[in-house]
Amino acid sequence: MTAVLEVSGLKTHFFTHAGVVKAVDGVDFAVSKGEVMGLVGESGSGKSITGFSILGLIDQPGRIVEGAIRFNGDNIANAPEDQLKSIRGNRISMIFQDPMMTLNPVLRIDTQMMEAILAHESLPKREAWERCRNALGLVGIPSPEERLRAYPHQLSGGMRQRVSIAIAFLNKPDLIIADEPTTALDVTIQAQIIFEAQKLTRQTGTAMIWITHDLAVVAGLADRISVMYAGRIVEQGQTDDVIDRPLHPYTVGLLGSVPTANNRGERLFQIEGMTPNMLALPSGCAFAPRCAFASDACKAPPPVEQVANRELRCYHPQAQAVVQ
Amino acid sequence: MTVFVIRRLMQAIFVVFLMSVIVFFGVNVVGDPVYMLVSPDADQADIEAAIRRLGLDRPIWEQYFLFLKGALQGNLGDSFVFGEPALKLILHHMPATLELAFSALFLSIVLGIPLGLFSGLYPDNPVSKGIMAGSILGFSLPTFWVGLMLILLFAVELGWLPSTGRGDTASIFGIETSLATWDGIRHIFLPALNLSLLKISLAIRLTRAGVREAMGQDYVKYARAKGLSTSRIIFVHVMKNIMIPVVTVMGLEFGSLIGFSVVTETIFAWPGMGKLLIDAILQLDRPVVVAYLMIMVLFFVLINLVVDILYSILDPRVRLQDQGA
Amino acid sequence: MTDSTIQSVAPASVKVETPFQRFRAEFFESRIATCAFVIFTIIVLLAILAPWITPQNPYDLAQVDVLDGRLPPGSEAFAGYTMWLGSDGAGRDLYSAILYGLRISISVGIASGVIALFIGMTVGLLAAYVGGRTEAIIMRVVDLQLSFPATLVALMLVAVLGKGVDKIILALVVAQWAYYARTVRATALVERSKEYVEAAQCLGLSRMRVVFGHILPNCLAPLIVVGTVQTAHAVSLEATLSFLGVGLPQTEPSLGVLIANGFEYMLSGRYWISVFPGIALLLTVASINLVGDQLRDVLNPRLKK
Repeated sequence: MTAVLEVSGLKTHFFTHAGVVKAVDGVDFAVSKGEVMGLVGESGSGKSITGFSILGLIDQPGRIVEGAIRFNGDNIANAPEDQLKSIRGNRISMIFQDPMMTLNPVLRIDTQMMEAILAHESLPKREAWERCRNALGLVGIPSPEERLRAYPHQLSGGMRQRVSIAIAFLNKPDLIIADEPTTALDVTIQAQIIFEAQKLTRQTGTAMIWITHDLAVVAGLADRISVMYAGRIVEQGQTDDVIDRPLHPYTVGLLGSVPTANNRGERLFQIEGMTPNMLALPSGCAFAPRCAFASDACKAPPPVEQVANRELRCYHPQAQAVVQ
Repeated sequence: MTVFVIRRLMQAIFVVFLMSVIVFFGVNVVGDPVYMLVSPDADQADIEAAIRRLGLDRPIWEQYFLFLKGALQGNLGDSFVFGEPALKLILHHMPATLELAFSALFLSIVLGIPLGLFSGLYPDNPVSKGIMAGSILGFSLPTFWVGLMLILLFAVELGWLPSTGRGDTASIFGIETSLATWDGIRHIFLPALNLSLLKISLAIRLTRAGVREAMGQDYVKYARAKGLSTSRIIFVHVMKNIMIPVVTVMGLEFGSLIGFSVVTETIFAWPGMGKLLIDAILQLDRPVVVAYLMIMVLFFVLINLVVDILYSILDPRVRLQDQGA
Repeated sequence: MTDSTIQSVAPASVKVETPFQRFRAEFFESRIATCAFVIFTIIVLLAILAPWITPQNPYDLAQVDVLDGRLPPGSEAFAGYTMWLGSDGAGRDLYSAILYGLRISISVGIASGVIALFIGMTVGLLAAYVGGRTEAIIMRVVDLQLSFPATLVALMLVAVLGKGVDKIILALVVAQWAYYARTVRATALVERSKEYVEAAQCLGLSRMRVVFGHILPNCLAPLIVVGTVQTAHAVSLEATLSFLGVGLPQTEPSLGVLIANGFEYMLSGRYWISVFPGIALLLTVASINLVGDQLRDVLNPRLKK
């Protein structure tokens, strides 16, 4: 398989008055054609910033300070704005978290869809409009002609997220970055949205990065999973390996805190301590202060190692599976 | 909806009634009514005749009733100076004031919104800082002093524009206006600019705040993620969101422009109602003063009424709240 | 060993700072605000010290010589001193006239500001604390008044009342009290729902004590901010009314009266009679406004990081 996207050594830092926030601090991963990668982490772990870095949408006071983002072989990290504009929404598109906030409230759906096509191609408005109508049909929206004439507030949240997905697929991109697209939705709608997204990636062969804090969501969706903590990927591998035999204590903790049929009635596992202060990270492993297995070795940053079919940043891999 | 409009209308009528009481008592009780309603150079016999004619020997509530009756028939007394009905005099001067206020509103939108847009988009640019300093100054500078400086600079020193009067007028669509002739435009430019200064500052601040807020919204980031051009994001996505509130607020300020025109009209000798009022106060032409006050009350109550109804149409929540209360 | 390191660190990290010290430090962080504050202080000092630092008492007819009229800046007066800012139509030294004018302008502004503040504060607190029908009626009146521009309200009043210092102050108070009332009520409503008020009520404190002892101190910050801005506005409004000839009489020559007196000479190029009092007015109003802006930034906890 050829990699559509290859991120290596990516560092995105924010230079605030209070100090430098190393939101993304040395991230490596690759996504192949047609592959769905789940990028999992708590809020503040840098997963969304990773997504925005790929599109070059990092605003002041942040910037990409190091690393390469190879898209179809070209490095687009800190590429000129014109080049990035021709890629955004065209070759790489993005689905945002809250469909209530991402669609412009004062513009009709057809305006917001057609502009995404017309920004990248010159074709008659009629054709653009037909493409939008077909796209809405593909994501399972009934009577798309009518919806095209609507304003966002006339649609439900789930319907709006379907519109966002339709917009993402409009220009048949090579890669879609979905930033917690189901977090703001009801559980039943969540399943439908995941189903539509999965179906479309299969049909079109589009690669996808699905960013979420919810391991349960990506367990059934992603081919591979990368777990992020405090700006670094701490564990990365095939979905089955990561879910069934997590190695990093953080992944173990995350899985233990998901309620399932198996641990019903039992006390859920809880990761001790608070999410780290990104301004004052420990010099070694960032998870060490909350880790039950931390030792003196953890005062030095753990290197990336190949352990049991995956990449791991930990001195104390948890061989025996899962806290029950 | 009908209930809402009727209720607001009743409230408006009540306010006008209340203000007529205040104005009436202000003129007839606080001051000396004879002195106020009779020409200052009248002799003793005239004054006694006037007292009888005006019914000042009757009880106060009866006097008020007579005043109200006259007002309802459009009779607010005759001007001492011009000898014409005060109301007619004011209506005669009204177009010049409306024209001035509209021109000022136009200037403040046309100048304020682009300047606010620029300073909102590039807050750290030195030009933006200059614009913001200018808008603070615009709020601080007394309007009349700016008017003097405009006259000093453009009329006295540079001699580019005339400093007084209205200039030639011509009629477009049946409306007699200065904006139809070049001479008229030359005359209206300085007073309109002077009157609009405060509103330009307001428009700058509103637009800037709106732009700053909109630029941080998800829909702008989403528009960027779609690969849209910067100009499309600013002029379609951002502007469309902020234009409605900014223009609404600016429209609401129209009433205050008419209020402030008193100052500008006096400085630039613009023949509107404001100058008429000041002349009337200085010449003790009380009926004109009373008529002006009543017209302004009516005018502001009407503006507020229209605004309330417009809001209830635009924002259904206002209506619901009112029904719930 | 460890003890000594802790001791040496502790005093530096626990720096005791009173709220006033912090406020002062934050206020003077802005160079513009510092400048404005200094300028305003100088203006006030000049106004207070006017009788001792001017060459002429412009009200004393014996000291004013009509032959000195309309002299350009830098001319020498008949009495021998230099008129650095020139003289007005009646032969008054403009520098002296401006300082005496400042006295009147600032006193009128502050007097009307303080009276309006007390009336507005009382009404606003009453509305917020009593609630119900009283509050509804008070706020209706406030809203009604705020729907008219303050300039127009003041103009209406002087049209009815006539000229004079007391009448102008009354007009300014009526034109401005509603702004204070609205501010105080809005803040007091927020404060009233806080737990410390409930706690004070539970302690059995009297109503008056709760309102004036507990709620009022917490409303002071926004009140001070509105107070500065409204005082600047009052100074400017008085000048406007006096300029129009409906404010203060010639016997009380505030800056507005001085500017009005110079207006007739301006078209013939004798700019100084209007321009210099105008600059004094501008500096006064702008410096109060800038101080007010900074006060708002410093006192508003929402803007603090």
